[in-house]
Amino acid sequence: MDFFSQHLLSLLIWFPVVGGVLVLATGDDRRAAAARWLALGISAVTFILSVPLWTGFNRLTADMQFVERSLWIERFQIEYFLGVDGISVPLVLLTTILTIVVVVAGWQVIQSRVAQYFAAFLIMEGLMIGVFCALDGILFYLFWEAMLIPMFLIIGVWGGPNRVYAAIKFFLYTLLGSLLMLVALLYLYRASGGSFDLLVFHRLPLSGSVQTLLFLAFFAAFAVKIPMVPVHTWLPDAHVEAPTGGSVILAAITLKMGAYGFLRIAMPIAPDAAHQIAPVIIGLSLLAVVYIALVALVQQDMKKLIAYSSISHMGFVTLGFFVFEVRAMEGAIVQMISHGFVSGALFLCVGVLYDRLHSREIAAYGGVIKVMPVFAFFMVFFAMANAGLPGTSGFVGEFLVILGTFSVNAWYAVIAALTLIVGAAYTLWMVKRVVFGAIRNPEVAKLKDLDRREFGVLLGVALGVLIIGIWPAPLLEVMDASVDQLLAHLAVSKL
Amino acid sequence: MSRELLYLLIPLSCLVAALVSGFLGSRIGRVGAHRAAIGGVGFAFVLSCVVAWDVFSGNHFNGPVYTWAVSGGTRFEIGFLIDPLSAVMMVVVTFVSLMVHIYTIGYMAEDPGYTRFFSYIALFTFAMLMLVMSNNFLQLFFGWEGVGLVSYLLIGFWYERDSAIRANLKAFLVNRVGDFGFILGIGAVLALFGSLDYQTVFDAAPSLAGETTQGPFGFEWHWVTLICLLLFVGAMGKSAQVPLHVWLPDSMEGPTPISALIHAATMVTAGIFLVARMSPLFELSTTALSVVLIVGALTALLMAFVALVQTDIKRVVAYSTLSQLGYMTVALGASAYSVAIFHLATHAFFKALLFLAAGSVIIAMHHEQDMRRMGGLRKVMPVTYITCVIGSLALAGIPPFAGFFSKDAIIEAVHYSSTPGAGFAYAAVLIGVVLTAFYSFRLVFMAFHGEGRMDTKTREHLQESPWVVTGPLVALAVPSVLAGLLLVNATMDGSLFGSSVVAGGVPKALDMTAGGMLAHAPVAVPFWLAVLGIVGAWVCYLWKPELPLKAVGRWNGIYRVLVKKYGFDELYQWAFADGARGLGHVLSEWGDRRLIDGWLVNGAARAVARTANLVRHVQSGLVYHYAFVMIIGLVALMSWFLFR
Repeated sequence: MDFFSQHLLSLLIWFPVVGGVLVLATGDDRRAAAARWLALGISAVTFILSVPLWTGFNRLTADMQFVERSLWIERFQIEYFLGVDGISVPLVLLTTILTIVVVVAGWQVIQSRVAQYFAAFLIMEGLMIGVFCALDGILFYLFWEAMLIPMFLIIGVWGGPNRVYAAIKFFLYTLLGSLLMLVALLYLYRASGGSFDLLVFHRLPLSGSVQTLLFLAFFAAFAVKIPMVPVHTWLPDAHVEAPTGGSVILAAITLKMGAYGFLRIAMPIAPDAAHQIAPVIIGLSLLAVVYIALVALVQQDMKKLIAYSSISHMGFVTLGFFVFEVRAMEGAIVQMISHGFVSGALFLCVGVLYDRLHSREIAAYGGVIKVMPVFAFFMVFFAMANAGLPGTSGFVGEFLVILGTFSVNAWYAVIAALTLIVGAAYTLWMVKRVVFGAIRNPEVAKLKDLDRREFGVLLGVALGVLIIGIWPAPLLEVMDASVDQLLAHLAVSKL
Repeated sequence: MSRELLYLLIPLSCLVAALVSGFLGSRIGRVGAHRAAIGGVGFAFVLSCVVAWDVFSGNHFNGPVYTWAVSGGTRFEIGFLIDPLSAVMMVVVTFVSLMVHIYTIGYMAEDPGYTRFFSYIALFTFAMLMLVMSNNFLQLFFGWEGVGLVSYLLIGFWYERDSAIRANLKAFLVNRVGDFGFILGIGAVLALFGSLDYQTVFDAAPSLAGETTQGPFGFEWHWVTLICLLLFVGAMGKSAQVPLHVWLPDSMEGPTPISALIHAATMVTAGIFLVARMSPLFELSTTALSVVLIVGALTALLMAFVALVQTDIKRVVAYSTLSQLGYMTVALGASAYSVAIFHLATHAFFKALLFLAAGSVIIAMHHEQDMRRMGGLRKVMPVTYITCVIGSLALAGIPPFAGFFSKDAIIEAVHYSSTPGAGFAYAAVLIGVVLTAFYSFRLVFMAFHGEGRMDTKTREHLQESPWVVTGPLVALAVPSVLAGLLLVNATMDGSLFGSSVVAGGVPKALDMTAGGMLAHAPVAVPFWLAVLGIVGAWVCYLWKPELPLKAVGRWNGIYRVLVKKYGFDELYQWAFADGARGLGHVLSEWGDRRLIDGWLVNGAARAVARTANLVRHVQSGLVYHYAFVMIIGLVALMSWFLFR
């Protein structure tokens, strides 16, 4: 047991990676069933492994827990340094839960290269958990970049017709950002006298101009990932081309890596720059809330609409971070988790329709409730969660961010609160045109309601959304000490 | 049984009823579903009566149920505040809800969505109870949005009708405009008081009343005024006050039972309840009260005029609801909070009655709602007719019916109010009395009197509705007659609501007892105004039916303005719905597609492509090869940095 808890994070990272390789070994599509069941088993075991992270986590301290540390590349003091605090634990759990969801969601939908598909997701799971656990700069960077490969494959191999454009766009955006992050990490290596320890970086005294440059370098990497306006246009394209499972992971977890990067790296390393640049970031966040919501309103493609909605919701996250207020920041983190469930579920819903009618056009549907009442229930439920209805997880983050922001600057809160109107407008208008109304397309009349597998997946996510909405206290309790400590750290100038 | 458990059981029994009838509806069947729903809500009604009895014996309660979240030192809790105000609301809500549940058995008998309907209305009752029983702003907002959700689902109940799903989207979004103010109001409460608990806020309010904040354009704002105005924006959305009233008439697309329950008796009064609950805050801000008063007066007057020209039986009642909500708001603005709640309660009974009576007519008419095709129904539908007349008399404010007392109390309160704008409001409510009486009896005369104007097939099938429909009508007619008489003394001397709302409004010197008011009625102006309205309706619709047409011809401009409902819908459609979509198209096309993608991204891509053209022969064109090359590139770059 001792060995287990000392190496829990390594297990969480490498078990799914090794598992993914095993799934890959099942080979061609004749053994697809084996690959599916194996993938499900591995993702389930990974989830079970992640449970002690939640139960065994000490909520009273902001120190890193489940720490693993050993020298990896001695020449450059690159360490294999893992640890989690209250900010990363919920994200790790989100990852392990949603991987099960995408495995089940891809069960029958994926019929070609089945083993490779599931292997890609499992390997990606391990790498994403690595991002959330790494405390060494280079280790973080490696996980960060390596995670792109399976994502690339998922879009590139199982994606839609325009996948090359989407992939190159994704490529250009991310490459630019990541390179600057690497440069920043290398600078910090030299400045710290030969270490890639992120916690050392946090304490490193840095001059104002250096902080600004470092912050901007990290900002380039993270803002693209989140994505923030105006570097967001890769996301709708990537979503549209990605298969359902890819969209779910992209929206639910990949975007969160950018936000997480701000909390773990950019802000604590360059707190003065963070304060200095905060008004710009808040401006961009509010732009995301309003501008993107208006753009979302006129989308014809359901996936694009949800993608834009994601950008708008992530605007709330960055807003919550950069007002430097406890409630707003905790709200932003809850929003990250909630958005993972809700946007993931909405992409699943679109996937359910796409599997049947092979169209994502809003105009192709209408009156779906008539033939798919159970599906309609879930779609309306998740739409309401997306619109931030109290009782769902979508409300918690929005509410706390608006409340926290109000106490800092009422005008920010006024603009942010517009999401109550515009967010509901684009979400429910889509629901109106897809779910309600009379059936106009004869193909829709032939649609079959959810099968057991789809029902189970959506029910599971719905329960998560409800539980967080009705009782978010445990989630907030986990992150409380870490957020307090982070804000205390950010309040002290490094100059 | 502990009190907490008792309180908890009231909303939970409705929730369980909703879940059972909703999720198990297909297993337990129609009868099972309506039994579950009626059982749950009936149980809640009985318990609410027990609680009310307990409260009026002096046992109040204020305490948490569970901690929702703790963040930044603020405890967000779910909890109950049980005092006379919430007790009255609980009894009204569960009683009307129970009646509507029973009525639904008859009204929705042939509808395929029967079990779904029961699930929704039980869920509504749950959310409404959470709203009125709350002891804090968070839970208030929960209930607030919960009733909004169910309202959305029920307006769009017949989801195949385009008009219905248009109306429900509109209702939700207009309410969201109100919620926008509401949530900012909650933010302001938290910023000023550091707590969302009512009692903490009310206790601290007087000492913080002088706090100001810098507003836009250099104005100094009193925090309390700001909070009250923001919260009132929320109330305006839910209680459909001008200019956020546009959703309520369209909500009539929903089945009639919910028009009675949600869009007349309970949900739309949530805003009134909110302001009454916040009376300790509103009392500190004359500015806010003045805004409340004027908005209420405008709503009461403008909407009463529109009711005059409606021909759809439900829309008449809907506009009358808007106007009456305006009356309640006027009472709030005049600091007569208990009077507002008094009118809320009597209105809940007689307006639910009128809606259900209208529904009964609609059943008989085979879903014809146009009053121009009705007439003479009193002979075939005696129970509906008599109860409808009772409801109309109560609405018109004829003594001794319930509406007389509550409306008269409002008029007196405004008369003696010193809130700025009271003069205008007084004129508005007096004119409103004539109009109310006129349109109420216009409905009665057009639907029930005169010659039948329906086609022969409908005429032959006319019959009184079954007992599940008429039973609730009779049950609601009883409080429509008696509620005013029974409650007026306790309301006016302050013993009914005690300290749960701030006492104010009508001067103590006036004799506002039941006896005094009845004795005074024949020499009071409002009474004769009401009589004038009824006689006017009789003249125009029975004695000289050609008069209305002549009037329309003479004042065609005014008539068109009223038929167009002052053009609010067109304006909003143009400015907000089309405006937002137009702006969205512009931003999407010029911002995202041309500027960012076309110029920045693809421009960069083209530059890269041109370079890559030179070396592309070594590349395979497969995406994962690119990815692989990228990693190699990064490693090379890293090495260069590290080894140099």
